[in-house]
Amino acid sequence: MAELKVTAIKEGTVIDHIPAGKGLKVIEILHLSRPNGGVLLLASNVHSKKLGKKDIVKIEGKFLSEEEVNKISLIAPTATVNIVRDYGVAEKFNVEIPDEIVGILRCANPNCVSNHEYVTSKFYVVSREPLKVRCHYCERTMEESEILSNL
Amino acid sequence: MEWKGRDVISVRDFSKEDIEFVLKIAERLEERLNKKGHLEYARGKILATLFFEPSTRTRLSFESAMHRLGGSVIGFSSAASTSVKKGESLADTIKTVEQYSDVIVIRHPMEGAARLAAEVAEIPVINAGDGSNQHPTQTLLDLYTIKRAFGRIDGLRIGLLGDLKYGRTVHSLAEALAFYDVELYLISPELLRMPKHIVEELREKGVKVHETTDLEGTVPELDVLYVTRIQRERFPDEQEYLKVKGSYQVNCAVLKNAKESLKIMHPLPRVDEIHPEVDRTPHALYFRQVFSGVPVRMALLGLTLGVLEG
Repeated sequence: MAELKVTAIKEGTVIDHIPAGKGLKVIEILHLSRPNGGVLLLASNVHSKKLGKKDIVKIEGKFLSEEEVNKISLIAPTATVNIVRDYGVAEKFNVEIPDEIVGILRCANPNCVSNHEYVTSKFYVVSREPLKVRCHYCERTMEESEILSNL
Repeated sequence: MEWKGRDVISVRDFSKEDIEFVLKIAERLEERLNKKGHLEYARGKILATLFFEPSTRTRLSFESAMHRLGGSVIGFSSAASTSVKKGESLADTIKTVEQYSDVIVIRHPMEGAARLAAEVAEIPVINAGDGSNQHPTQTLLDLYTIKRAFGRIDGLRIGLLGDLKYGRTVHSLAEALAFYDVELYLISPELLRMPKHIVEELREKGVKVHETTDLEGTVPELDVLYVTRIQRERFPDEQEYLKVKGSYQVNCAVLKNAKESLKIMHPLPRVDEIHPEVDRTPHALYFRQVFSGVPVRMALLGLTLGVLEG
């Protein structure tokens, strides 16, 4: 009963099955630790049947949009998202790496036009395992470590 | 595939059928041009050449192609004399220029600039080089040159020599050659080997690839030797450049065991990779290659403008 180790939330989002150690990164990417935000709970290294160990993030009063879910999928492809209403799970879905990543990631190529002009970045997922994407503009490919540092 | 209004940005956007179609149209135009001296397909149409980065060959070749099609040309050959200097965005420059013209050719120092221009513009955009990324019309004219010289591309043994690490020309050419049944010999100093992911991609597509540092030993195998310059400006590190500078040269001694029919190509400009003594041999195809730029660009301009019958 891992979920009971942190307080249940009334309304909001629970991101479960985050690979252990990536919970803080999820919080950072989603900008969840704002001082005026709702209650935020992080459980790290929780026992998991599926992953061995996992992180869990609970956010009170915030429902994740699809775009935000996509952001998480890049660093936590195993994550599951629960939308909680009145202490119950109202919706549950797995995050998936989309075929195209739009507007979330910055191109690692400093000479890419997307870093100089007013454009929405766009990447095509070339491979999911290992994660590799290609920039729509400069056509360079980025691997996982570059992707993570440019989110 | 509808050609009228289509952008020409990257070799990646082309299928083999697209490539073959462009080569066929180019050949037809070359024949007609030889017969008539001047064509009128693009009469009343205006090409804008936007060269944010200097280039002699590519710009003149596009301008020549448009003139030979009966159209006219406006444009600039360096960003220094434009509103870009005043801080104008690329998108605004494109939106302005398209009010004056029917097709845009762009060369820009930033990778992805042509793709962005094509998204902004309603009229067709042709990429004449975006930073170190793509130069699709060079690839098409290379293929055209090979096809004109041998009557085919399939079945040839093609050597790519030189800077295979940083050279965008050889990357695009190799990608396009993967559509054909060719054997590729990648000849380069150890430091300038073709990036692994490209070699893997070629092999996945069924191309037989040999990697070697031995130019002289490989020459007798080849039907085509495509030579490239070591581009100092692409090296992140001057020391690395100095290590490979002048590390190979194609001269008559290197060619002594070559097949009689071997053809040597080079995107030019050359520095010292091909000795001038080779120019007089029947192997030299590089000036003919320059000529190919005109019919191939005529084909692309005519097709994207929609003024040629299919």
